[in-house]
Amino acid sequence: MQNGEIRYSLQPIALVIAETLEAATYAATLVKPTYFKTGSPVASIHASNAKLVEPTRPHNGELKPVLRGDAKAAFASAPVKITETYTHAMNHHNAMEMPATIAVWEADDHLTLYDTVQGVSTAQGTVAAILGLPAEKVRIVNKYLGGGFGSKGAIWAASILTALASKAVGRPLKVAVSREQYFASNGLRDEQKQIISLGATKEGKLLSIVHEKQSATSVTDDYAEANGNILNMLYACPAFETKYRVVRANIITPTFMRAPGEMPGCFAIECALDDLAYKLKIDPLEIRRINHADTDPSNGKPFSSKSLLQCYTRGAELIGWKDRPKTNRATRDGNWLVGWGISTASYPVHSNQGNARARYFLDGTLGVSSAATDLGTGTYTICTQTASETFGVPMDKVKFELGDSSLPTTAISGGSMAAGSTTAAVHAACVALMTKIKKYVVADEKSPLHGANTDDVVLKDEILSLKNDPSKSEKYSEMLQRNKQTNIEANGEGKYGASKEHSMHSFGVHYCKVKVDEALGIVRVEKWVGVHAVGRVLNEKTARSQMIGSTAMGIGNALSEQTEIDLRYARYVNANLGEYHVAVNADTPSDIVIEFIPEEDPHVGGVGAKGMGELGIVGVSAAIANAIFHATGRRLRDLPFSPDKVMA
Amino acid sequence: MKPITYARATDAANATAETGKDPQSRYLAGGTNILDLMKYSVENPDRLIDVSRLPMSDLSMLSNGGVLLGGMMKNSDTAAHAIIRERYPVLSEAILAGATGQIRNMASNGGNLLQRTRCHYFYDIAFKECNKRNPGSGCAALNGINRAHAVLGASEKCIATHPSDMCIALAALDAVVVTSRPNGETRRIPFTEFHLLPGNTPQIETVLERGELITGIELPPASAVPFAAKSHYLKVRDRASYAFALVSVASALQIENGVIKSARLVLGGVAHKPWRSKEAEVALVGKPANTATYKAAAEIALKGAKTYKHNAFKVPLAKQTIIRALEETASMKEVAA
Ligand SMILES: Cc1cc2nc3c(=O)[nH]c(=O)nc-3n(C[C@H](O)[C@H](O)[C@H](O)COP(=O)(O)OP(=O)(O)OC[C@H]3O[C@@H](n4cnc5c(N)ncnc54)[C@H](O)[C@@H]3O)c2cc1C
Repeated sequence: MQNGEIRYSLQPIALVIAETLEAATYAATLVKPTYFKTGSPVASIHASNAKLVEPTRPHNGELKPVLRGDAKAAFASAPVKITETYTHAMNHHNAMEMPATIAVWEADDHLTLYDTVQGVSTAQGTVAAILGLPAEKVRIVNKYLGGGFGSKGAIWAASILTALASKAVGRPLKVAVSREQYFASNGLRDEQKQIISLGATKEGKLLSIVHEKQSATSVTDDYAEANGNILNMLYACPAFETKYRVVRANIITPTFMRAPGEMPGCFAIECALDDLAYKLKIDPLEIRRINHADTDPSNGKPFSSKSLLQCYTRGAELIGWKDRPKTNRATRDGNWLVGWGISTASYPVHSNQGNARARYFLDGTLGVSSAATDLGTGTYTICTQTASETFGVPMDKVKFELGDSSLPTTAISGGSMAAGSTTAAVHAACVALMTKIKKYVVADEKSPLHGANTDDVVLKDEILSLKNDPSKSEKYSEMLQRNKQTNIEANGEGKYGASKEHSMHSFGVHYCKVKVDEALGIVRVEKWVGVHAVGRVLNEKTARSQMIGSTAMGIGNALSEQTEIDLRYARYVNANLGEYHVAVNADTPSDIVIEFIPEEDPHVGGVGAKGMGELGIVGVSAAIANAIFHATGRRLRDLPFSPDKVMA
Repeated sequence: MKPITYARATDAANATAETGKDPQSRYLAGGTNILDLMKYSVENPDRLIDVSRLPMSDLSMLSNGGVLLGGMMKNSDTAAHAIIRERYPVLSEAILAGATGQIRNMASNGGNLLQRTRCHYFYDIAFKECNKRNPGSGCAALNGINRAHAVLGASEKCIATHPSDMCIALAALDAVVVTSRPNGETRRIPFTEFHLLPGNTPQIETVLERGELITGIELPPASAVPFAAKSHYLKVRDRASYAFALVSVASALQIENGVIKSARLVLGGVAHKPWRSKEAEVALVGKPANTATYKAAAEIALKGAKTYKHNAFKVPLAKQTIIRALEETASMKEVAA
């Protein structure tokens, strides 16, 4: 709308405002623009007019080529070599909840946006910068989010348009993005191709990884998922090289989608490693053990914690790996060929410092707040738990508030850092509050605890007392009332993922059993085993749900998710949930076993929790590809594995 | 939205008389297709005549031993009915292979027959070319994304497929569509003559005239369709549930002493209408019920297939699905009627 140029199909060119959604939707169909064709669109890396270039325009900052050792030379001289190409269809996040914004101008220079964002603090900064307002004049509110998967991590055009249009009409305004528009409103996962070469010894030890990623990006930015990060650290390999090239296509700029980079990168290396295992007649689990990285090969640092070997072993027991036949096409069940597959999973801890405020009130309520978001993942729950445990009050006395940028700033729910950084901040605030209360009471001349050492003071069941002399005590509420206070408040800043000496990652393993009907091209996932080590598990139930959810999402990526583009018009032809096939219940096995290896991470900071929201999807498609290969002897490298590709 | 008027039909005669006169009116049954089409501006009626409450929502027995399915009967109720499950299992299976539980609870039998193609070039009015939507404008699918499109009986004017699962089974059961015409007459249309191939007029999809109301669907008595008890539906799709067919097969076999006495073979997902292959049926009859026979029939059924850029896979897939469907049908236990 800033100029007359149309860069991609479904790009917003006008906003129609009406009293009802129906009237606005209909009125929008009456807008009759005139177009001039300036050339043929480029819509795909596979298009004949696609041109590959080095990324130079604004991107996610991680796309520099990486060279560690002389990977090409090491590959050339390696006794065993594998080179393969893996392709990955364009994917869309398709969260259940549509993006939507309500803008309310409290004053001419003071905006409140109720918006479907994954991070209210970051959104506040972006909106303020774009509209030229001071940050404190922009308030972003989001109390519950119906899923985001990265699509609501940044601020997109509709939010800004809503704010501007609301100002223009002088009234609060709501804009809801439709499902079709969502395919071009909030980014996507890039369509991509990876060429990977593995050089290894005859014993299966990696000597070299050479990797190139080609992907479609927009004509304005060069965003691409940084697949190389995981390839550089996952296995002990002395030489590594990666480079990125992009095709500037007529699509909206791609963005983060659950485990951006790690997920597709892992697909490539885990399939290639499997090929290497079969080629050398080494068990696929064994080859992963052989190449286990004891320290992080990308930077030489020790891991803050790593229990991957335990994950491998426990998972192997749960899936019955040792009973798996060694060869392909060895297990039949009627018309089905049965196979077992494995993939390693890993996701980094991103350093991010959050803040929280804690207030202990007269009535024994502990109010804790932080500008976090809850995407349905359980942020409310784990922060309430952390506050309850740290401060020593029952959960029903904790009132945790989030989703408002006027609260203390914290991390976005993205990059698997919300749980770690927000609980770290909540923990810090509760510790600070406890210290403050103890200092307060020993300084109060009217208190029976006056003059005591703060270390000797205990606050329990709303009563302050001395550890060694419980007769010296008073009610917390009495102390407050005497001092004409309603509460005592403290702030805390978490220290999360900030260690400079360690490499910090969550690790895990996926094992699966699939059956393949080659005549009909059908793959069914029969059983899933995920064993992960994520530092401290804050809540077994929400953690398990994350892992089950990411398995289901990964199954969709592996078997059916694909945004189809008509190259002539650069237009999507399945921009709806009926034909963009996310996995449904029937695609997801009822037999999903998730376990966590108990792990203490003394370096990660906060309450010791590494991230896990994204870990669970890393490697899912590789495990399925590997199981299909085991079942059929055919290696599928082109995601998704739809019936036309599986059929033999 | 464009304003529309709405009326609830009180009887079939009034409904057909009014709708027959007004080309801007449409029937509304479950609404699962017509309302979507209106939201996409593909269909733009001025008036909806709600027929969903007309008293045609039951299954009744015919004097000849056959069955009459009400035109307003829900797809779910039809699939769950004991008589359908026992005597016409392919119909129950086909309905249950379609859409989702929620949609089947809304969808009516009459509406199911008239649901329109899922061709995305038909659905998205941004594409100018669509002979179905806009006769004479061309077919965007011919050189577009045509993975889901027809391989049999298509024309250069239209390569869209018929989307219904239920209809594939009805074509295999020699069903008859019963209608009420605006002039008050009743018409009985053999199922395989109900839907049309695209030819030069892909916008005309059935033999119904304006205002003609589907009041019911007749299924012949077991004696007339001795193959029905061993009948089966097999659907291949992009995910395990809630996806339209890439290819589907309704098959029925009457086998005596290992020899096929009568058979039905109808394909879905491959043509503009339920694709019954009488030639393949002829090739089955009198032959031993074994895989070699099914293979030969599959080859015949796909003879003359024409593929486009993305849908060549449908030919081998259809053949393999036919063979499998027939194998599974032959091994079915007959439920005594
Ligand atoms: C997301 C989605 C997925 C689906 N997946 C499948 C699938 O996998 N397989 C499948 O087979 N189907 C599928 N369907 C389609 C579904 O089966 C049809 O939409 C449904 O059967 C239509 O019935 P209805 O009663 O809702 O029809 P309506 O939408 O009410 O009407 C459809 C058409 O029929 C006309 N009409 C309705 N009743 C009569 C009558 N008695 N006489 C004359 N004209 C009439 C209407 O005017 C309209 O033109 C899917 C639908 C959706 C929305």
